[in-house]
This record gives sequence, C-alpha cells and structure tokens, in this order.
Amino acid sequence: MTDAIQPAIKAEGLSKSFPGVRAVDALSFDVKAGEIFGLVGPDGAGKTTTLRMLAGIMPPDSGTAMVGGFNVVRDPEGAKHALSYMPQRFGLYEDLTVEENIRFYADLFGVKRTERDTRSVELMKAAGMSEFPKRLAGKLSGGMKQKLGLVCALIHRPKVILLDEPTTGVDPVSRRDFWRILYELVTDGVAILTSTAYLDEAERCHRVALLHQGKLLFCDTPANLKAEMKKGVLSVTSNDPRSLRSCLQHAEGISSLVMTGDGLHVVVDNAARRIPEFEALLKGAQVPCDPIQQVAPTIEDLFVDAVGTGEPAHA
Amino acid sequence: MSLTRLLAVARKEIIQIIRDRRSLGIVIVMPVTLMLLFGYGVNLDLKGMPVYVVDQEGSQQSQDLLKHFQNSEYFHLVRVVSGYPQLTRALDDGRAKMGVVIPWDFSERLRDGRPVQVQALVDASDDNTANVLIGYAQAVVQGYSGERQINWLGRRGLSVQPVAISVQTRTWYNEDLESSAFIIPGVLALVMSVIGAFLTSLTIAREWERGTMEQLISTPVSAMEIMLGKLAPYFVLGIFDTVVGALIAIYWFQVPFRGSFATLMFASAMFMIVVLSLGFFISVLAKSQFAASQIALLITFLPAFLLSGFLFSIEQMPIALQWITRILPARYYVSVLKKIFLKGTPASMLYADLVPLAVFTFVLALLATRSFHKRLE
Repeated sequence: MTDAIQPAIKAEGLSKSFPGVRAVDALSFDVKAGEIFGLVGPDGAGKTTTLRMLAGIMPPDSGTAMVGGFNVVRDPEGAKHALSYMPQRFGLYEDLTVEENIRFYADLFGVKRTERDTRSVELMKAAGMSEFPKRLAGKLSGGMKQKLGLVCALIHRPKVILLDEPTTGVDPVSRRDFWRILYELVTDGVAILTSTAYLDEAERCHRVALLHQGKLLFCDTPANLKAEMKKGVLSVTSNDPRSLRSCLQHAEGISSLVMTGDGLHVVVDNAARRIPEFEALLKGAQVPCDPIQQVAPTIEDLFVDAVGTGEPAHA
Repeated sequence: MSLTRLLAVARKEIIQIIRDRRSLGIVIVMPVTLMLLFGYGVNLDLKGMPVYVVDQEGSQQSQDLLKHFQNSEYFHLVRVVSGYPQLTRALDDGRAKMGVVIPWDFSERLRDGRPVQVQALVDASDDNTANVLIGYAQAVVQGYSGERQINWLGRRGLSVQPVAISVQTRTWYNEDLESSAFIIPGVLALVMSVIGAFLTSLTIAREWERGTMEQLISTPVSAMEIMLGKLAPYFVLGIFDTVVGALIAIYWFQVPFRGSFATLMFASAMFMIVVLSLGFFISVLAKSQFAASQIALLITFLPAFLLSGFLFSIEQMPIALQWITRILPARYYVSVLKKIFLKGTPASMLYADLVPLAVFTFVLALLATRSFHKRLE
C-alpha cells in the first residue's frame, strides 16, 4: 500500500502573501492517511489560507503540496477529485433542501445514483439528521448546517478532507456527533486536516501544528508537545482571582499567565523553586489562596506561552 | 466536460430560480408588462392635438375654415376664445398645442380676392411635434384655399384644369403608419436584455456573496460546466419569453409578421447568447449582486432602449452617436426584428445585420468563458 508510506498531504515550503501581510510563511508538514491533524492558531494565523491552498482554490506564491497523490499546485483539478473541502463560512445552498444539496454534490463528484442513495442514508443517520431530508438548508440550526456540510463533503468517499473551523458556533451535541464521524472516517484510512481556534479541540487530534503569524511553531502529538514543555505549569486557585493576578503578575520567573475559572495557570521556569516563593508572596500581600499545585500543561498553556514570548520552538 | 456535472449545475440553478420569487416574477411578468407598456403607452402618432381658436370675424367663411380643421383627424378644436390673452394662457399651460387666429377682415378679403393670412401659434417646446403640426395646418389651409378657387372659377363658368402634377403616396411595410407596429418588435430586444443580462448578472455574484462559490470551486466541476450549466436555464427562459413576446405582438397588437419564424428564432438565439455572455462576464467581474445588476442595466438595457433604433431612428442621430450604435449588438438585433416583422426580409438579405450579430456572439461568448476562473483572488 503506497498510501501507508506516502503521506496523504505533504506541504513543502508553502508561502502566500497578501498586500502588507505574509499570511503563510514557508509552511511544511505532512498528514498521514488515517490521521486527524489539527491546525491550531488564533485568527489571522494563516489557517484558512493554508487550507485554501491545499484545496486547490488559491495558488501559493511559492512552495508545493501533494494532496491525495496529486500535486495540487500543478494539477489542482486532479487533486479536487480526491479531496473534500469545507470552508469556514457555510458553503451549501440555503435555498436548496438537504436532499438537493447532497444530490448536487454527489453529481459534481460523479457518484452513481445507487451509491449516492446508500451512502447518504448512512451519513444522514450518523449525523443524526435522517428526519430532515426535505428541509431547506437555510432553515437548519448552526450545528445541523455543519453536519450537512460534512455529509456533502463525504458523499464521494474522499481520501483527504480539509475542514476550516468546522465546529465554530456548533452546539456541544452536534460537536460530539461531528467528532464521532471524523473518528470513524480515519479508521477507513481517510486523512483529515482540520483547523480550529478551540484549543481543547486540538487535544482530540492525533497531531497538531501550532500556527502563529503564518509560521509553524510546533508540530507533534498533543502528548509529546505537552511532555516536551520544559517549563512547569502551576495552578493557583483563590476565591479572589483578580487580586491573585495583580499580585503575581510581576513576580519573577513567570513566562505567562492564563486566567481560569477560579484562578490562574502560571507557566514558570522552575516549578519546585517558584511554588514556595509565590506562596510567600501571596501571604505577604494577604491574598487568600489554596495551596499551589503543579499541573499537567494543556495545549493552551503551551500555545499562550509560545505566542506570548514569540519564541519559535523546534518543529 | 461532463454532462452529469453540467446538468447538475443547471438543475440546481432551475430550483433556485423557481424558489426565488423575484427572478420568477421578472421572467413571467416582465415581458408582458413591457409589451403592454410600449404597445399602449408609447404612441408617436399625432392625432387629435388640442387647438384653441380666436375667430375675430365669426362669419360663414371663417366657420368653413374651422370646419376643415375640425374634419382633420390631427386636430381637435377644443374651444373658441375671445382674444389673445386667453389663447396665450391656453398655450402657456399646455391646454392647447396650437392656436388659430382668423382676422376680422377674413371674408372681406376673400371676397375681394385679396391675400389673407390666418395666424397659427404653435407650441414648439417639442420641436418635432411643432413641425408636424405646422405641416398639417398648412395642408388644411391649402386644401380650403384650393376648394375656394375651384368654386370661384366654377361660378364664372370656367372649367377647372386638374392640377398637373401631384404626388400619390403609398406607405409600405407599415401601411397604416401605426407607430406601435414600428415600436413593438423592438420590445423583444428589451425583454431579452433584461432576462439575459440582468438576471444572469446576479448568478455568479450571488455565489460569491453567499459564500457558496468557495465550496463549489473546490469540486471537480469545470469553469465551463459552471458557466454553461448556469446559463442554459436562462437561455431557455429567454427564448420562451421571445416567443411569448412575439405572439403578443402578432395576435394582440396585430403587428404584421411577414418574415420567417425560423429566422426570427435564429437571430434571437444569437442575441440571447450575446446578452447572457455579457451578464455572465459582468457577474464574474462585479462579485456583488447590487453592482452587477446596476452595470448590467447600464450597458445592456439602456443602450438597447435609447440607441438601438428601437424608439429613435438611428439615421436621425448625430453622426458620433450613429458610430457608437455600431458597437451595440442590440442595434443589429432590433434591425433584424423590424425587417422580419414588417418587411418580411428573407435571411439571405439580412447579412448586414446577422453577420455583425454573429461576430458579437462569438466574441462575447469567448470573453465570458475566459473570464471565470476557479480560484480565489
């Protein structure tokens, strides 16, 4: 099987500039078949531009990319048979029904009628929307729309799926359905590249790439990324998080602070050394707090820390 | 090129047209409305123009002359007023288009065989109407004058020599000189401009505006399939409206139809491709529905209305404008329409119009296919 050896997506030095902005800067990564790969980063990090270039609808300034066995820069139309792209903005026809949208996309990809019928029943069931074949797409809820988008994207059994922030504005139940479908797909050897601004969602990916200002900061499995984080993460909780923050803000050894519901996540250079220091500092300022604990870093800690210092780490 | 994909796009477009009341309304109501509007509303014939009279004499003879005016279908004697002030006011506020003043010594001079002048005051704010009125008025007065001479000679026992030379006019092609027969065939060009350019100008722009284009161009459908699939339903609708329009012209307005229906359809199909291509091209460039529809009206509907020879004859335009009309496809189509309807000119004698139309068809279709790319800027 060549698929197992050759990555389903291979981006090499992709770059794209718009007037005044370097949207994507020499980006290289690859996604294997059967893998969910997350592109993580704030708005303007270059996620959408990257996905558009890989979908063959925006030519890069330089660099090249293979998608589903096609060179998407030289032969974008060939690659389009193998891939599915779901843009960030709902891309289906609101004045067509669920069924009509599915049929339209099935026809564009040359899916035979019988195949289309069995496949759409299967997908609609998985998406939990079997009851709405005659409903206009414009009348669906946000979550339903995204799931319909996914159904249309999957109707031709693509090898590569490109999703641009697919779960933005989607309710938790639909979001869970959505991810369940994605996990089922990868067992069939589909490669999924999804962008997300939700850092908790990044943890669900097999591998993630952190993008910032068009550059790749990190690229690894969530577990490895967290393990490689040399710095310690301290959880400081208090019933007065505001005072906590103002007290610790300028303390020594802190590289970043993240507010949580009941306190702070503090990234520090040396956990063992800083815990007693901070406790003493808070006591002196008479800020009530629970005992400080060292916790496992989240992707968010890592990301905020990296973006905050602007230090590109090893990729 | 895949027929399945082309048909998928066409099918999708048809569903969208049917569900969009606005475009459906334009397709169904507009041709009929335009036909009725121009058939009844625009009338270039001058008939029953209101005339006020100042009869300073009030004699048998002056009444005779006025009767001649009254008998002409071009004039309608509204009322006789007592003097210039009332006449001036009537002309000022538009109640009268012309005033006729008969002098106090009208019958006396006639009796003595002295020349007599009848004054006509004409509202020339519309120069064309004024010229026509003056001509008609002169004809009426000359007719009266001729009659009097014959009577005068007859009373003296002299036989009358018939006038040696006279012009016998026969109007061809539009025998009744009805302006509606001249106007209505051209309405078809307007109908097609609206269906073709205005409606299609929205199709591509709408996809960009609603965000559906991004997903569409990420599929294997080709630019050509998108274009043909989108335009095919409008082509059918345009041809349908042409037939409806032609039937209204022939059976409702009784416009003579002397040419071949096949030639009409052939020319209409070419013109339809011209306006569809233009509409598509505009839509690709504009990327917003509002801008696209405005541009489409500006470059197709207005020229078809004003410069195609539909209402205003090209021969009477300033030379510079006449040259501009040569680059307007509508001009050739309107010319073909009038010739087919009124003259029954066979296709073999329509080359001067059909060849330029074919060139436009080819060039604009090529332009449209080249304009659209499956790419984001």
